[in-house]
Amino acid sequence: MGDLATTSLSIAKSNRKIEQIENDNTTLFGFWVYLMTDCVLFASLFATFVVLRNNTFGGPTGAQLFSMPYVLLETMALLTSSFTNGLALLSAQKRKVKQTLFWMGLTFVLGLTFLSLELAEFHKFARMGDSWTRSGFLSAYYTLVGTHGAHITIGLLWMAVMAFYIFKRGITRVSLKRIRMMSMFWHFLDVVWIFIFTIVYLFGALHA
Amino acid sequence: MLLSLFANLLGKLSLKQLPHDPVTAVGASMIVAVPILLAILLTVTKRWKWLYREWLTTQDHKKIGIMYIIVAVAMGLRGLADVVLVRAQQALASGNSHGILNASHFQQIVSAHGTIMIFFVAMGLMFGIINLIVPLQIGSRDVAFPFLNATGFWLFFAGMALINVSLVIGDFAATGWLAYPPLSELAYSPTVGVDYWIWSLEIAGIGSLMAGVNFIATILKKRVKGMKLMLMPLFSWSVLGSMFLVVFAFPILTVTLTLLAFDRTFGMHFFTSSYGGNMMMYVNLIWAWGHPEVYILVLPAFGAYSEVVSAFARKRLFGYTSMVWAIWAIVVLSFIVWLHHFFTMGASPDVNAFFGIMTMIIAVPTGVKLFNWLFTLYKGKLNLKTPLYWFIAFVVVFTIGGMAGVLMAVPPLDFQFHNSLFLVAHFHMMIVSGVLFGYFAAITYWFPKFFGFKLNERLGRYAFWNWLIGFLLAFVPLYILGFMGATRRLDHYSASLGWQPLFIVAAIGVVFIIAGVVFQFLQLVVSIWQRNNEGMSHKDPWDGRTLEWSLPTPVPIYNFARLPIVSTRDAFMAIKKAKLIDNRPYEPIEIPKNTPLSILIALGAFLFGFAFVWHIWWLVVVGFITTVLSIIVRSMDEHPTRLLSAKQVEKMEQSYKEAAV
Amino acid sequence: MSKKHPNHHKYHLSGNEPQDSEALVEVQEERPVLLKHYIIGFISSLILTLVAYIITINHVADRNILFIILALLALGQFLLQMFYFLHVGREFSPKFKLLMASFMSLVVIILVGGSLWIMFNLNGRVMPTQSQMVKYMNSQNSL
Repeated sequence: MGDLATTSLSIAKSNRKIEQIENDNTTLFGFWVYLMTDCVLFASLFATFVVLRNNTFGGPTGAQLFSMPYVLLETMALLTSSFTNGLALLSAQKRKVKQTLFWMGLTFVLGLTFLSLELAEFHKFARMGDSWTRSGFLSAYYTLVGTHGAHITIGLLWMAVMAFYIFKRGITRVSLKRIRMMSMFWHFLDVVWIFIFTIVYLFGALHA
Repeated sequence: MLLSLFANLLGKLSLKQLPHDPVTAVGASMIVAVPILLAILLTVTKRWKWLYREWLTTQDHKKIGIMYIIVAVAMGLRGLADVVLVRAQQALASGNSHGILNASHFQQIVSAHGTIMIFFVAMGLMFGIINLIVPLQIGSRDVAFPFLNATGFWLFFAGMALINVSLVIGDFAATGWLAYPPLSELAYSPTVGVDYWIWSLEIAGIGSLMAGVNFIATILKKRVKGMKLMLMPLFSWSVLGSMFLVVFAFPILTVTLTLLAFDRTFGMHFFTSSYGGNMMMYVNLIWAWGHPEVYILVLPAFGAYSEVVSAFARKRLFGYTSMVWAIWAIVVLSFIVWLHHFFTMGASPDVNAFFGIMTMIIAVPTGVKLFNWLFTLYKGKLNLKTPLYWFIAFVVVFTIGGMAGVLMAVPPLDFQFHNSLFLVAHFHMMIVSGVLFGYFAAITYWFPKFFGFKLNERLGRYAFWNWLIGFLLAFVPLYILGFMGATRRLDHYSASLGWQPLFIVAAIGVVFIIAGVVFQFLQLVVSIWQRNNEGMSHKDPWDGRTLEWSLPTPVPIYNFARLPIVSTRDAFMAIKKAKLIDNRPYEPIEIPKNTPLSILIALGAFLFGFAFVWHIWWLVVVGFITTVLSIIVRSMDEHPTRLLSAKQVEKMEQSYKEAAV
Repeated sequence: MSKKHPNHHKYHLSGNEPQDSEALVEVQEERPVLLKHYIIGFISSLILTLVAYIITINHVADRNILFIILALLALGQFLLQMFYFLHVGREFSPKFKLLMASFMSLVVIILVGGSLWIMFNLNGRVMPTQSQMVKYMNSQNSL
C-alpha cells in the first residue's frame, strides 16, 4: 500500500512538472504573440513615415541630416549585440552563470552604445533647430526611431534586472524562461532595425 | 507666487472646468453620486472586505467576466441616456426651435454615445462573455495568463473611468466618435475634450490587446487533451478569429491615437493642415483598425448564435467546417476593405473599385454563416425561447442592414450616402442586431450556467418585442431621412425640409427601446425573486452540447476537477449519450492567488492618462512609476499560485454535489 | 491518470542538478538551438548589411533599381534573422509560432502596401502641386 502511495505521489509530481513546462511554453508563446503585435505597431509607424517622408516643409531632408558612417556604426553595434545576446542564451541553457553574465554584460554595453549614439544624433539635430516640430517628415522620423529607442531602453532595463536576478539566484526554471523572453525581445529589436536602417537611412540617402 | 506654483502643479486644471449648463450638471452629479452611493452602501453593509477579496483582487476569469458585463451594462445606460438627448434634440430642433442642447454640447454627446457604445458596451459585453465561456468550452482549468487577463480588465475599467471623468471636469470631444483631424487638432479643438477621448481609448485599447494575447494563447495552448482544433465548439472558434483581429488591429489604433496625442501635446505635425502634416493618413490608419473592429465585435456574437441555434433546434450545427472557413475568410478579408469608409476622400476609381469589390466579397462568408444557421433550424425540434427570438430578429434585421451595406459598397452610390443618416441607419442595424442582440441571446442562454436559474421567459419576450419594435421605429426613418439628404450629427435643420415627423417617429422608437430595457431589468429582478420556483432552477436547462454544461453551478474556481475526455465535437452530448461515469482519482490543482497589483497597474495608467489630459507633468511621472513598479513587484513574485491538494479538491467537489441534491 | 504523458517524447526530464529540483527540466518545444545557427545568422546579416551600405553609398545603379535591391536585401536579412536568431519554423508541430508570424506578415503587407497605395494615389490626385497652388491663389485674388 505504502509503495503504491509513493508511486502515485511521484506520478503526480512528474505530472506537475510537465504542467509547469507546458505553462512555460504557453508563456513563451504568449510573449511571441505580443511581439507580433509590436510588429504591426512598427508597421503602422513605417507606413506613416513613408507617407510623410517628402513632407519636409522647407526643412532638411533625410539626406541632408543623416551621416551614413555614423548610422553604420549604430547598426553594427546593434547587430553585434543581437549576436552576443544569442550567446548569452546558449550559455544560460548550459546553466553557466558566469558565461551568461559575461555575454549579457557585453550585450548591455553594446546596446547602451547604440542608444547613446542615437540620443547624441537626436540631440545634434535638435540643436541645429531641426526638432520634431519642424516638419511632418521630422515628426515621423523622431517618432519611428524614437519608438525603437524606447524599446531598446526597456530592453536594457530588463537586462539589468535579469542580470541582477541571475547573480543572486542562479539559473532556475523561472529565470531561464525569462532569459528566453528577453532574448526574443532583443533579437526582435534588431529585426526592426533592419527596416529602419533600410527605409529611413538608406532610402533617405538615395533621395538626395 | 505660491498661487502660480499651485496653478502649475495642476496644469490646465481649474475650478472653471466644472460644468455650468444644467444638462451636463445633472449628468456630472449622477457620475459623482453613483460611486458615493455605492461606497455608502458598502460601508453600511460592511462589505468592503468582501468586495476586495472576492472581486477586486480576483484572478478568476469567471468573476472577471461578470465584472466586465456589469461595467458594460452600466455604460450601456449612460450610452442610452446620450441617445435620449440626441433623439430629443433632433425631434425638437426644427425651424425656430433650437431644442434642448447647444451645438457643441450636442456634438459632444453624439461622440460620447458612439465611443461608449463601441468601446465600453460592445467590447465589455464581448470580453465578459468570452471570459465566462471560452475556458469552460475548451476544457481548461484557467486562462493562459490570469494576471494579464485581470490587468486587461482593470485597464478597460480605467479607460471607462476616464471617459466618465470628462463629464465632471472639462469637456468631451465634439469631433465624432473617430475624431478626424484637422478638426481634432489643437488649433480647432483647443479644449481637453479630444485628449480625454485619446487617453480613454488608448488605455482601454491596451487592455483589449492584453485580453487578445491572453485568449489566443488560451485557445491555442490550453485546450484539453483530445480536443483538436476541428473539434472545438464554434463559439471558441469565433473568439479565436476575433482575437486574431484584436492583436493585429489594435496596435494600429494605439499608434494612431499616440500620433494624434503627439500632435496635440508636443506640437508634432502628423495630421496638421500645415508643416507637412497629412490628415488623410489619420483617416486611413484609423479605419485600418476600425473595420476589423467591426468584425472583432461581431464574430463572437456569431459564435454565440451558432451555439444558441444548435441548442434550441436540438440539432448538431449544420456545416461546421464551412463555418470555420467562413470565420477565417472574414478575418482575412476584414483587413482588406477599410477604404470603403472613405470612398469620397478622392482616391482614383481603380482604388475605389478594388475596395468596393472586396467589400462585396466579404458579404459571401457572412452569407455562408447565415445559411448554415437557417439549415440548422430546418427540420429541427425548435425550442422557441427568447434566445431564438433574438436570433430570428437578427436574421431579418441583419439582412436588411447588410443589403444596405452592399449598396454602399458601390463607390458611386456611396458618394450619395456618405455622411448621411442612411449610413447611420445601416451600421446601427448591423451592430445592434449583429452584436447587441447576439449578446442578449448569449446572456439569456448562459445565464443559468453561472447563477443556477433561468431568466423569466415571459418578461424576456416583452423586452424582446419592445426592443425590436423600438429599434425598427428608430432606424427605418433614418434610412428614409438619409435618402432625403439628412446628414449625420445634425443639431438643427430647417422646418421646410419636412424631416421633423420622421425624427419624431425615431424618437418614439427610443421610448420603446427604453421600455425594452426596463423589462430586461424587471426580468432580472423577477427571475431572482422566483429562482426557487418549479422549473426555474436547473443546471443544464437547454440540454447543452458543449463542455461548459458538464460543470456544477456555480462553477468551481478550478473549473474541471477531472479534465474531461474529448474525442468528438459536442463533447458533453457525447458524454451524456455514452452515460460515462468518471471515477479517476482527483489530482492537485494549481490556482492563481489574488493580487491587488492589477488594480495598481490600472490606477497608474489612469493617473497617467488624466495627467496627460491636463498637462500635470509630475502626475504623469507618478502614474508611470506606479505602473512600472507594480509590474516589477509582480515579476519578483516567485509564487503567484497556490496548490489545492487532491483532498481539498475532493472536498470541494463533494460540497457541490450536496448542494445540487 | 496515465503514467505516460501523451507528449512524453518532447520533454527531457533529467535529474542531475542537486540544488533546485525546479531547474531540472529542459523546455523543448523547438529543435535545440546551436552555436552554429547564431554564427551563420550573424555573419550573413553582417554581409547583407555591408552590401546594402556599400551599394547605397556608391550609387552603383539607377535609383529605382537600388530601391528594389535594398528592399530584397532587407527582406533576406529579415528572413535569416527570423530563422537563425528567433528560431521561427524550428518548432515541433503544431507550429503556432510560425502561424502567428505568417499572419503578422500578411497583415503588415496588407496594411503597409494598402496604405501606401491609397496615400500616394491620394497625393497624386488631391494634393496640389506648387504651380497649381499658385494658380489657385491667383484665381482667388481676382475674385
